[in-house]
Amino acid sequence: MTAKPAQRLTLFLLLAPAVLWLGLLIVLPHVEILVLSFSERVAPRVYAFGLGNYLEFFTEPLYWRTFARTAFMSILVTALTLVLAFPIALYIARVAQGRLKAMLLLLCLLPFWVSELVRTLGWMILLRETGVISYVLLATGLTEQRVEFLYNDGAVILGLVYGGLLFMIVPLANALESLEPAIVEAGYDLGGSRWTVLRRIVIPHAMPGIVAGSIIVFMLTIGNFATPVLLGGKNGLWFTEQIYAQFITRFNWPQGAAFGMLLLLLSSAIVWLGLRLTGQSLGTTLKQA
Amino acid sequence: MNRLSLAWKLYIAAFYLFLFAPLLVVAIFAFNASPFPSPPWRGFTLEWFTGSGAVTGKPGVLVDPIWLDSIGNSFRVAIPVALLAVLLGTVNAWVLERAEFRGKTFVAMMMLWPLVIPGVVLGISILAFFSRMANGLEDWLQTDLDFLRPGLPLVVLGQLSFILTIATLIIAARLRKFDRSLEEAAFDLGASRARVLRTVTLPFLSPALIGAGLVALLMSFENFNTTLMLVGSESPLPITMYGQMREGASPAINAVSLLLMLGVGGIASVFALTSKAER
Repeated sequence: MTAKPAQRLTLFLLLAPAVLWLGLLIVLPHVEILVLSFSERVAPRVYAFGLGNYLEFFTEPLYWRTFARTAFMSILVTALTLVLAFPIALYIARVAQGRLKAMLLLLCLLPFWVSELVRTLGWMILLRETGVISYVLLATGLTEQRVEFLYNDGAVILGLVYGGLLFMIVPLANALESLEPAIVEAGYDLGGSRWTVLRRIVIPHAMPGIVAGSIIVFMLTIGNFATPVLLGGKNGLWFTEQIYAQFITRFNWPQGAAFGMLLLLLSSAIVWLGLRLTGQSLGTTLKQA
Repeated sequence: MNRLSLAWKLYIAAFYLFLFAPLLVVAIFAFNASPFPSPPWRGFTLEWFTGSGAVTGKPGVLVDPIWLDSIGNSFRVAIPVALLAVLLGTVNAWVLERAEFRGKTFVAMMMLWPLVIPGVVLGISILAFFSRMANGLEDWLQTDLDFLRPGLPLVVLGQLSFILTIATLIIAARLRKFDRSLEEAAFDLGASRARVLRTVTLPFLSPALIGAGLVALLMSFENFNTTLMLVGSESPLPITMYGQMREGASPAINAVSLLLMLGVGGIASVFALTSKAER
């Protein structure tokens, strides 16, 4: 492309912020942790190239178990979120009309404008041994003594599902919105049961929304820090916590950088796999979201 | 049929109860005259907002320097982030919608990339890269470059790294709807480029600029993952809240949460109003 020098200067000036932003805040920092993750400490303050940080990950059970656990629980949380959100999205998109519809969607959005920490605080007040649920159970005589609902996997999953719901409902509702009522009618007219219509017509139509919502929820869950740490306590064991521990507590940056690369790899791999299995492309998925 | 739709409605009701229960208890226990944010109810009090600590042992939010400093730090981060996001986001939107050059698809893809990187990884990568830069530059210049070390300036950069994507997308979506014949008409009437920008294009964009600014403000105020990796000694609000929640906080944390909810609710309604005006 040949352009006049003035045009070229304008283009250069317009592109400068984007280049600085993506270069200095995204690309170079990632190159830095990639390089850092392959450096090993051979003597105090002396580093050399090596795979030691990655070997450490595979030989220390705590690390790879936490990693596998985080991956598995994130998939579980995503699936649960999808199942819980689907009826809500279906109701908002297909049944609710006019003002009620706007109201329901707005009510969904509201809690998610509030900080994650505030929401987590709410769950802590509800779930802990001296908390609201335990108090109510004791007061109504359903339990003999205080019950601790906090600091277990259930609490972590609950908090993460709660945090992901909105990001599932909005793409689902968007996808379901465009379903023609006539097609659903036709399904019934042809003798399909409610279940058949749902399985053969509604769910396939909502697929782009399902994939988009699942990918967003999965990425938010696997990268979450506060919810598993606060609701799970010592039993939280989330991989982001290991990254934090290496970087901030132990000051072992090369190890932390290797963990960071592994987390990035894992989340990208599962997103890619999800897209492949459902036959969706990233472009349409991002458009849906 | 009826039984199913009744079950469906009950499920919806239960769902919304589930959605609001945590926020409700946070709000309620901000007014409980007990040293811990938990039942039983010991009477209504405003000590957790304005109390000096004489009655409850710990001061209320509006007099406690810990909370006031954190709120101040959050603003010191959020305002630069919002201003930079709007300014640079507008330029980026221009690149996406108006400029023609080879490799534009690639640049557009790159701009989306920050959204798929976990916040913690963004945080550590920026921390590591800027520390290396600081080490190199300090050796070379023989001065201290504290703004490249963990602290509020680095938090601004870390948050900007992904909030800029959001701001760019919001502004680009508005710019796409712009009817360019309006600009051409202004040029035909003899307006200079700067004047067209000031009197035609920017007024059209302004709802998106305000919207992007407010979203950036909110996202900055609430960001935890990236911020956690980049803070120094001065903590923004979410970091202070996290620390207090780990130790077991007094209901002052409920009071600060309630103030945050009200503030966020206010900003969100302004945003809803401006985006309605857009349509």
